Amino acid sequence: MGMIRDLAIQGAQMVFVLVLAPLLLGLTRKFKARMLDRVGPPLLQPYRDLAKLVRKDVVLAENASWLFRTAPYMIFAATWVAAALVPTFATGLQFSWTADLIAITALLASARFFLALAGMDIGTAFGGIGASREMLFASLAEPAMIMMVFVVALVAGSTQLSFVANFMLTHVSLRVSLGMALVALVIVALAENARIPVDNPATHLELTMVHEAMVLEYSGRHLAVIELAAALKLLLYVSLIACVFVPWGLAPPHSGFWPLVVGAVTHLAKITIGAFLLVFFETSIAKMRVFRVPELLGSALMLGFLGTLLLFVSRSF
Amino acid sequence: MGDRGIGAETACAGGADTADEGVFMPVVVALGSVAVLILVAIAAPLASRRPAIATPVVYGTSGLAALVLFVTALAALLGHLDVAGEVVLPLGLPWVGAHFRIDPLSAFFLVVVDLGAATASLYALGYGAHEDHPERVLPFYPAFLAGMNLVILSADAFSFLVGWEFMSLASWALVMAHHHEEENRRAGYVYLVMASFGTLMLLLAFGLMAGPDGVYAFAEMGNRVREPWLPGLVLVLALLGAGSKAGLVPLHVWLPLAHPAAPSHVSALMSGVMTKVAVYGFVRIVFDLVGEPVWWWSAVVMGLGALTAVLGVLHAILERDFKRLLAYSTVENIGIVFIGLGLALAFRTNEMAGPAALAVTAALFHALNHSLFKGLMFFGAGAVLTATGERDIEKLGGLIHRLPVTAFFVLGGAVAISALPPLNGFVSEWMIFQAILLSPDLPQWALKFMVPAVGAALAFSAALAGACFVRAYGVAFLGRPRSAAAAEAREVDILSRTAMALLLGLCLLAGIVPGLVIDAASSVAIQLVGHDMPPQPLFPSLSIVPVSEGRSSYSGMLVFIFILISSGLVIWAIHRFASKTIRRGPAWDCGFPDASPATQYTADSFAMPIRRVFGPVAFGSYIERWMPPPGDPSPARLKVVRHDLPWEILYAPISGRVSRLAERLNTLQFLSIRSYLSLVFAALVGLLVVVAIWA
Amino acid sequence: MGGFALDLAHLLAGGMVLVSFMLLYQNRMFGLLNVFALHAVVLTASVAWQAFIQQAPHLYVTAAIALVLKAIVIPLALRRMVVRLEIHRSIETVGGIGLTMLMGIALVALSMMVMLQAAADADPLAREDVALALSVILLGLLMMVTRYNAVSQIIGFMSLENGLILAAAGAKGMPLVVEISIAFSVLVAFIVIGVFLFRIRERFDSVDTHALDDYREGRQ
Repeated sequence: MGMIRDLAIQGAQMVFVLVLAPLLLGLTRKFKARMLDRVGPPLLQPYRDLAKLVRKDVVLAENASWLFRTAPYMIFAATWVAAALVPTFATGLQFSWTADLIAITALLASARFFLALAGMDIGTAFGGIGASREMLFASLAEPAMIMMVFVVALVAGSTQLSFVANFMLTHVSLRVSLGMALVALVIVALAENARIPVDNPATHLELTMVHEAMVLEYSGRHLAVIELAAALKLLLYVSLIACVFVPWGLAPPHSGFWPLVVGAVTHLAKITIGAFLLVFFETSIAKMRVFRVPELLGSALMLGFLGTLLLFVSRSF
Repeated sequence: MGDRGIGAETACAGGADTADEGVFMPVVVALGSVAVLILVAIAAPLASRRPAIATPVVYGTSGLAALVLFVTALAALLGHLDVAGEVVLPLGLPWVGAHFRIDPLSAFFLVVVDLGAATASLYALGYGAHEDHPERVLPFYPAFLAGMNLVILSADAFSFLVGWEFMSLASWALVMAHHHEEENRRAGYVYLVMASFGTLMLLLAFGLMAGPDGVYAFAEMGNRVREPWLPGLVLVLALLGAGSKAGLVPLHVWLPLAHPAAPSHVSALMSGVMTKVAVYGFVRIVFDLVGEPVWWWSAVVMGLGALTAVLGVLHAILERDFKRLLAYSTVENIGIVFIGLGLALAFRTNEMAGPAALAVTAALFHALNHSLFKGLMFFGAGAVLTATGERDIEKLGGLIHRLPVTAFFVLGGAVAISALPPLNGFVSEWMIFQAILLSPDLPQWALKFMVPAVGAALAFSAALAGACFVRAYGVAFLGRPRSAAAAEAREVDILSRTAMALLLGLCLLAGIVPGLVIDAASSVAIQLVGHDMPPQPLFPSLSIVPVSEGRSSYSGMLVFIFILISSGLVIWAIHRFASKTIRRGPAWDCGFPDASPATQYTADSFAMPIRRVFGPVAFGSYIERWMPPPGDPSPARLKVVRHDLPWEILYAPISGRVSRLAERLNTLQFLSIRSYLSLVFAALVGLLVVVAIWA
Repeated sequence: MGGFALDLAHLLAGGMVLVSFMLLYQNRMFGLLNVFALHAVVLTASVAWQAFIQQAPHLYVTAAIALVLKAIVIPLALRRMVVRLEIHRSIETVGGIGLTMLMGIALVALSMMVMLQAAADADPLAREDVALALSVILLGLLMMVTRYNAVSQIIGFMSLENGLILAAAGAKGMPLVVEISIAFSVLVAFIVIGVFLFRIRERFDSVDTHALDDYREGRQ
């Protein structure tokens, strides 16, 4: 019975992230429009976009191979599994031990690997430019992420997100290292989700683009799946930041119905605030030149490393 | 072929019978198989006038012998065979004899070597038929296999070095198989020099360890009492000797020249397997023979490993030659293995047995993984070479349409080598990360600060490996063909594909049930660091737990199943609800239709941002631009200058000095008789003076 | 209280190191000035917190001096100077920002190893402050040697001096007189360098200190 309940909660988590992801996208677009004094699209517009895309025919480039057609599903599956493993409303889910934070990072890297390959499949310059830049950014974002994981793992003594969240709940303290890890994680999240200042999610066909260049040739249901995966990734990062740095409200393992509801509601509140902060940051900063981005990501890597070093200072008493 | 195969097995059985009155000794079986390999090597030149027969016979027999060795070693490793006891043959130095035995460490590496050898032989059954000069390859191939096995089987310094030299020379001959190409001759020359250098260093290391009374058998060498300065010197010599064979920076210069020069199945062996023999040599000396390590050794080993990993992958990402790219990637992976070994040393010197076991298991696991996916990738490169005659990825493209099966296998290999879940490359790197996370408990401040930096370097090289293989795969297999050869490529033969499928299957297996490999390596860990990782529960969780459940766990199987389920779900949902129509249309062309394939992103353009960001530091690279003066119609020029810093700083001065010295000494050949006599006289007087002073 | 006091002191001192890195990262003149002002603000907060937990009122004076002089007066003056000299475009660095950052990290690791080993049995609060202050000092020096531009060299020098104040505040019982004299010596140095800058500018039409080297070589 308990087993079935746990499985149901795990399933609920998977559905929860899937349903919530487009909403987060809608929230950011709405906030952004309001901040620029526009009315903006309705909150539910991303759902409608997805539905519309799913109904449309696929127009496939003449040169597209089987890789191009299977890649969206691979990308989506890897992202979805990763997103389902980050605690959103409850910790200690049935399969939370399947992968730790390092493995979640690597799952996202798998998704990126296939996305970059799909970008190169058609044989136009756009896909190549996107793939090349994406991999450049990843080459610094991944170590930065790993250093961030080091800081958190050295503080909490675990890379398992459920344990980390519980540790942060019970051993709250002010640590400069954690602050640095937070900044590093935010920078990585901005780069990985193709947000300003690294990339601009609102543009097409601009030489600065990265993510949109890779998915340029996708259409119809393939594009819908990829867009949903991108939304899931954004949700994943917001949930990750929330789970590690503001874990309040998360339902503990094996909790009853009401803590779960509280968890879900607080998580909604957290992602709303997260979306607002993201938009606030995006509207107050300009897009960077491509070759400034490695410096930004390098500084995230450096912050992570500095955090690790400072941790030794604070651990020594 | 069948006859020879049976011959191999009867030879083994015969070997077993002669030993110890019917006691089934695995080491005898192994030696019997090696003897078969040597016999094949001797017999091959006789048959090489008829390559159509000789090729399958040689590769078939070699493959079977390797298979016998593999099965024996695996059974020994898993504890199904009693491996106690040495075989002493009356060969070599008369007062030493040649000692052979199988212990857990050698059993593990025998598994790695002979798994690679067996699959390479299978691949060569198909691939070897395309060889232009089979007589240059066939005799040396079994000799090469025999040499590698001898190194691992031997239990005294003398047979170890003989096997090592045998392996080096046989592989040198294979590198020179296509010696009519200028580049390969240079590769062979550099390789020969480096191999001799490495053997010399190992000779010195063993000489130091043997001591004045000349104890050459490993069994006695391990527990000798030594001067305090000696082990450190042996470590340096082992790093120079085994490290030069493994490809540690800055001793890696020969590797990207020599490995690609050989035929592809031999490249796979050199990269995937021979480097592991070098790792074995290092582990044998440093963990087993030399005695207790000191903490700074780990810093040296780890630092070199991190440097090797990063520089190797940065070179790989700029390389256009598919096989050379793979060779540089080997350099990277060797770096990762040495990071693991360095961590193991660090934990072992501080008597942290559990973490040491984790690190050493991770290093061994990565060595195994690398032999699997590097073999797969070299087979893929060989298939591309057969199909198109090209190694330059800039002249390929679109091969996924022409070689769909090969493309699928190589894609799998690329995922594995880029350390992505759920395949095997990720598991071993994940374990190394877990070991790194245990480093704050080390007492030495230098190590505490260094290990996270090594972790950053490891993450960096893993991410760059991803970029490197997106580039290699994307340019060679995806897009549109850039040459006529690529456009008309044909799928390769079934045996080659079977070999690739086998390796990909093993990559997947090691990725989703890593517990099997970890448990298999536990006896090795006990031998090396006196402890092993906790047994990994196969059921019900199928996950690996390096330290404790609360700290970290990873289940490749569940990740794999989840990916399958969720992609299945979304495919089902999409096909249930979405429009199923697919229209084909031209790609978006910005209004310039029929763009030529040359407008695609090339390998160089893909690597440009990475070169621009990391090149100035790693290679001292810069761009020379030359603009014609106004009014001059000649084209502007742009040249990328890239330095191979280890070569220029370390090797060029030495080789320059040697050749200058040689020129100067050359004048000695043209002296008069009187001058020669006076030289001899001066030498005699000088010696007498020395004797007078010393005596 | 004890844990929290240590945590916050540690956070602020660590923040100083972080802002020092931000100084290294900047490649715009005005950005550099703003970050320097931030450096001084963090220093003020850190010193004020030390004053509070050590109950040493004279440290409040130090904090006030830091705030007024370094966070307001000097950045404003430098800003005017930059505008008048028209050098607000960008800063040249030696070896690129990435390499400078790496060197900075190595320096931080070095200073921590030195301080943690040297003062293993000292009061943890003072020891950490000194370790972090040494990092700030070394980073300031690094900034001075990796920049050609005289204005960024001044900033490097003054961030170094902020590190000195941080160390002084952490070590209990540093007399106020010493601190005030440090503060005034910086002011004097600042004025001297300011005057000097205009001299360089007039003579060589550039504030790149390379010009000085060229001049000296020319005389030999």
